Amino acid sequence: MARIVRLKVNGRARSDAIPDNRLLVDYLRESLRLTGTKMGCDGGECGACTVLVDGEPQLSCLTLAASVDGAEIETVEGLAVNGRLNALQRAFHEKLGSQCGFCTPGMIMSAEGLLRRKSAPDEADIRAALSGNICRCTGYVKIIEAVDAAAAALRGQPA
Amino acid sequence: MSEALPEFDLARPATVEEAVAARAGAGDARYLAGGTDLVVNMRRGIVAADRLIDLTGIAELDRLDLDGGGTVIGAGVKLAAVAENAEIGARYPAVAEAAAVIAGPQHRKMGTVGGNLCLDTRCVYYNQSEWWRRANDYCLKYRGNVCHVAPGGDRCWAPFSGDLAPALLIHGAEIEIAGADDRRRMALSDLYTDDGADHLTLGDGELVVAVHLPADNWRSAYDKIRVRDSIDFPLAGVAVGLKERATGGPELRIALTGTDSRPVLVDGIAEALADGFDDSTFPAIEKRLKKQVQPMSTTTLNAPYRRTAAAVVAKRLIARLVG
Repeated sequence: MARIVRLKVNGRARSDAIPDNRLLVDYLRESLRLTGTKMGCDGGECGACTVLVDGEPQLSCLTLAASVDGAEIETVEGLAVNGRLNALQRAFHEKLGSQCGFCTPGMIMSAEGLLRRKSAPDEADIRAALSGNICRCTGYVKIIEAVDAAAAALRGQPA
Repeated sequence: MSEALPEFDLARPATVEEAVAARAGAGDARYLAGGTDLVVNMRRGIVAADRLIDLTGIAELDRLDLDGGGTVIGAGVKLAAVAENAEIGARYPAVAEAAAVIAGPQHRKMGTVGGNLCLDTRCVYYNQSEWWRRANDYCLKYRGNVCHVAPGGDRCWAPFSGDLAPALLIHGAEIEIAGADDRRRMALSDLYTDDGADHLTLGDGELVVAVHLPADNWRSAYDKIRVRDSIDFPLAGVAVGLKERATGGPELRIALTGTDSRPVLVDGIAEALADGFDDSTFPAIEKRLKKQVQPMSTTTLNAPYRRTAAAVVAKRLIARLVG
């Protein structure tokens, strides 16, 4: 069965007929062509599919699109403003926080959730916030440096 | 496009009564809360449902009542909310500590108290893809006739691995259950039986709606072992409670998860503590603990290690509480 689901996706109000069994990740990737959100492990173990649901990092591969009716969804595509990367995206680029890049959108959305809650996170905060996201390339050091640099940039301090 | 999940009908009730009514009369219906266990299992093809009843729109399940003497935590309260609640942390430390280390941060924002209490049991022969299980002739828990962990036996040994249950058992929790006709309360320990294929005692269509905790003065703590310090399920989890008494020395409780098909509240601790804490106390407790848990080869770590590690974690927690 399908139903009309109203969502705000990256700031834009939408109203779409969505099958009951469609996962949020499939709705974003297949229906809206927002393919920045990645499907990594297929079972809630890797964090690559992390998006913000009402500002909180959640796993879109375990979320039914119909069950978040009325929610505000943010994906990595929604972070850049007028084509300009946001602080986290820029820091991941400049600090080499991304290698193969597959985990990066999930990492960035988890980090985005953290920076909205806490403007000056310490390393333990960053590690805790990213502990549900797995990276097989970087060894995490550069990712943590990137989040730290983004937080500093947002506070107006030199990285 | 092909869907990742099989077809089902989704109900989105606004009240507990509507949820229970939506379940009644449906063939193979399941309650859906955070989805971090159920949706994974449906994607793996180990749980089938032709109707899901989404509980996320039921306001009653989100109740959190800390005003009275006791505490009521709605079954829909998110694990992250339990972990971050300072009052729960002060009254029932093991409960907040357990909630804080369940899976990863995203799971804790999605997963609920009721979902963690009703978590399916897990096993290396069960939590696998369809082709993997078919190649192994399935198993006793799903479609097969033999438990590959104990082929000579007649039961499933998949362990329960919810973290909240042992912590709540330490504090004497009761659960409130809604059925088609009425509501009832029972001790949390009565929710479980030691059968990995059918470990919950809930009746057909019954829904856990809340956890009731008495006001008490137990100090408590929770810790566990797992392969990675995030995301992974516990290979053994331990909650310990300690209560000072006016006379007769302290009272101690130990409860475990991840070892058996049900959470285990260790018996006979009072006898081990009869003379208070001294050098012989922990060996006596360890003996009882190891005798009462039965981890099997259901995980990637072997069973003797998990039994030994559970005792070590218990010892560390007792040392922390005794100070």
